[in-house]
Amino acid sequence: MLIWIAIVLGMQFIGELAATLLGLPVPGPVIGMVLLLLLLLHIGHLPTALEQLATGLLRHLYLYYLPATVGVTAHLALVGTELLPIVTAIIVSSTLALGVTGLVIQSLTRQKDQPDV
Amino acid sequence: MYDAIKGLQAYLAASQLAWLFITLVAYLIGCWVYQRARQHQLANPMLVALLLIGAMLWLTQVDYQNYFDGAQFLHFLLGPVTVLLAVPLYKTLQRVRQSALPLAVALPTGSLLAALPALGIASWLGASDGVMRALAAKSVTTPIALGITESLGGLTAITAVVVVFTGVLSVIISGLVFRLFRVHSAQAQGFALGLTAHGIGIGRAAQINETAAAFAGVAMGFNGLMTALWAPLLVPWIVGS
Repeated sequence: MLIWIAIVLGMQFIGELAATLLGLPVPGPVIGMVLLLLLLLHIGHLPTALEQLATGLLRHLYLYYLPATVGVTAHLALVGTELLPIVTAIIVSSTLALGVTGLVIQSLTRQKDQPDV
Repeated sequence: MYDAIKGLQAYLAASQLAWLFITLVAYLIGCWVYQRARQHQLANPMLVALLLIGAMLWLTQVDYQNYFDGAQFLHFLLGPVTVLLAVPLYKTLQRVRQSALPLAVALPTGSLLAALPALGIASWLGASDGVMRALAAKSVTTPIALGITESLGGLTAITAVVVVFTGVLSVIISGLVFRLFRVHSAQAQGFALGLTAHGIGIGRAAQINETAAAFAGVAMGFNGLMTALWAPLLVPWIVGS
């Protein structure tokens, strides 16, 4: 388990170094995610210790968002005055994304039909 | 008595332990309420915890910055957790391999549609710069969305709220949208849900069936990656740097 904690932190570290040194705009941890995915594809299976680490930590994702999210209390006035643009923007673009993405997948996979719901 | 209250306030402003503890307890209460509300999305554990912590800060008159200093241990975990998203991605990738081509077409299409119309509408309705930069990552899973907003110079606190709004609203409208667009296949619905509504969409997809959930997981992971790639290039160009 400890070795996987080291590997995960190492991947993040390499990602952040790469982002800083090469001036990449992509967040370092996202580069780390790609590196870990490549490592897993290379190994060809999922080590039990890594799976346990991921399951344990990912179960309470919301908890880690809280410190950043609480900052919204400092921006309540902003969210209040811009609630209409925010909600309208979300509903329209989500409708398009849900509908069009669904249609693309559905029409391109039609040949090998799966049972419909 | 007054001195005691002043002393307590000073302690709370400086204490890391207190805010870490309060955050954890608020989250546990949030989970409890969520279970009691039969997992209704409006009782989302994060929204409940957010209200509780906000109320505590207001009552104690402690600054957000002091709070963050205390709770930053949890914030730090966002980085490693983002890296660990590779694990569920790897697991589901095995199950959707045969659909590589449809996924490769749907992913960029959906990734751009989930964000660009939002930027256009927000700009048209007069949203501020900070909000627009936050909206770019609206459909992306929170740990990645916060990283994207940071690199765009947007308001991460707004992102976190916008991302949850997006998840909840998208799941609510999804049934109607799928009927409107005649999207019937489970894989298509799952993929669209994961791409648009990240983790909350996966939860909805899991109620359809396991295939839908697998497609949702892959859509969420790759949409996060894809948005992280295009947003820093396109968004400054749209919003202005």
